Amino acid sequence: MTQALTQPTPAPPRRARAWRDILVGWSFILPNFVGFALFTLVPMLAAFALAFLEWDSYSSPEWVGLDNFRQMFGDENFHVALRNTLFYAAGHIPLTLVAALGLAMALNRRIRGVQFFRTAAFFPYITSLVAVAVVWNMLFNPTAGPINQLLEAIGVAEPPRWVASTDWAMPAVIITSVWRDMGYYMVLYLAGLQTIPREYYEAATVDGAGPWQRFWSVTLPCLRPTTFFVLVMLTIQSFKVLDLIVVMTDGGPGRSTLVLAQLVYREGIREGQFGCSSAVALVLFVIVLTVTVVQFRINERRSAT
Amino acid sequence: MTALPDTAARPGAAPAPGAGGAAPRRGRSTLRRALAYAGLSVVTVLVLVPFAWMLSSSLKRDNQVFTVPIQWIPQELRWSNFIEIWERIPLLTYLGNSAFLSVVITLLQVLTGSFAAYGFSKVRFPGRDALFLAYIATIAVPWQAYMVPQYIMMQQAELTDTYWSIILLQAFGAFGVFLMRQYYMSIPDDLCEAARIDGLSEYGIYWRIMLPLSKPALASLALLTFVNTWNDYMGPFIYLTSNELWTIQLGLRSFVGQYDAEYAMIMTGAVLSVLPIMVIFLFGQRYFIRGIATSGLK
Repeated sequence: MTQALTQPTPAPPRRARAWRDILVGWSFILPNFVGFALFTLVPMLAAFALAFLEWDSYSSPEWVGLDNFRQMFGDENFHVALRNTLFYAAGHIPLTLVAALGLAMALNRRIRGVQFFRTAAFFPYITSLVAVAVVWNMLFNPTAGPINQLLEAIGVAEPPRWVASTDWAMPAVIITSVWRDMGYYMVLYLAGLQTIPREYYEAATVDGAGPWQRFWSVTLPCLRPTTFFVLVMLTIQSFKVLDLIVVMTDGGPGRSTLVLAQLVYREGIREGQFGCSSAVALVLFVIVLTVTVVQFRINERRSAT
Repeated sequence: MTALPDTAARPGAAPAPGAGGAAPRRGRSTLRRALAYAGLSVVTVLVLVPFAWMLSSSLKRDNQVFTVPIQWIPQELRWSNFIEIWERIPLLTYLGNSAFLSVVITLLQVLTGSFAAYGFSKVRFPGRDALFLAYIATIAVPWQAYMVPQYIMMQQAELTDTYWSIILLQAFGAFGVFLMRQYYMSIPDDLCEAARIDGLSEYGIYWRIMLPLSKPALASLALLTFVNTWNDYMGPFIYLTSNELWTIQLGLRSFVGQYDAEYAMIMTGAVLSVLPIMVIFLFGQRYFIRGIATSGLK
């Protein structure tokens, strides 16, 4: 992207040529742009406006200012969903990051057959969420599921009831999502690990650094750009979590796994409360935007020092 | 079966921790290698356990799925599950619907995406970069934040419960444009300039030079789009209500909802829903992973 911006524009071409370029350029872009503008750009802009309208599927829209937001902050469901989303993010982001980095470190070896192991580690990511949810719901089965059998075997007297309990349903969802997503971020980390010059490790070894020290003072600092990118992606992904929840617990038991995006879906699409749901959607967007901007700021400051 | 060809074995790449230059002490390095393989195997088994459970359960009777202790290899292999399931739910219809949607959306995305990417990378005109910035910016906006306006639009146009809604909403994504443009930027402009001097039109350059040169990127985009569409749940869940339009994901989910005690049959369905994607992934994983590693975006 920067490449195009910094390229010097050629000497002012003749007028006809300029017009021709505009026409030709737009003719390439148009087939995609029409669809993109109609089905992505317009809804995106409409989402902002909708949050300030009173509109359900039966009445016509009416401007109500901040009423939707007032109603939203008074709604207990919103507070529950916000809390649950934060809980999910607080679990999903660090655990996936550590798991992905661990996998990448383990699989960043030049030994025969490492390809096979990498492929295996990536498999969960291409598996559909429905299949993932169905399998993990069975693994988490409170009475005879393999996970609780294992826990009982190692001496846990009363293993958690996982998706059947309000306290443990969210941890179960988080474990499942970490398992599914770690392969994706592992690929990013593997690419990052390849950019670290071998000489750094040699120099560190000569200086007497052990494997642990090499990891902390060579690998991690060199991976900082990758980690930053992974963090941003994970954050966006965590706050907008929806489909895994819908297929695995559907927000339950009770409201214990109800998340923001699901509230948007329920109020907007299932109940036709367009205005209210758009207020929640706007909050979701602002949270994602704020966290991303803050991360960019921190990254800039750290890069500067 | 060569995953990550770009990153796998590059000279000067980070050495395997502990494997560096210990040639004289042979015995120790063999031991180390054995330990490395053991470690990798443990990790892989842990990652793949859910798949093993899925496969093993799909070959059992319903009442054999949850046993104490777990039977990883069923006593009798009930392959008949894989025949019965086709009669229990209209699986063929679901698979066909998923295939249809995935193929159509992938074709449209690849065609319009690569076409637009050419305009964004090889034709200069005012406003081009600003427009591209708008494309990029939308990738960062969560879809969940504007799914309701999209739904209203489709409802007003009376396109809900038709494939049109899914196709129109998913075929013109910004991601394809972004991925293809990244690749086109790496192709030197001199090549296009030479073709222009030879009298080739811009469309000719796109069709006869850029497309053949960008086959790896096209493959990446096609695979990513296909897999995403095949696995998509929310889109069909929101828009498709008629059973005969359902995709495999909706079909499987509804089967689980209706017959939640038929554990074995549910797992059989899950295996069959995952199988096509696994085969496609095994054949095309090079492009798949390159697409992820270069773009870093889903």
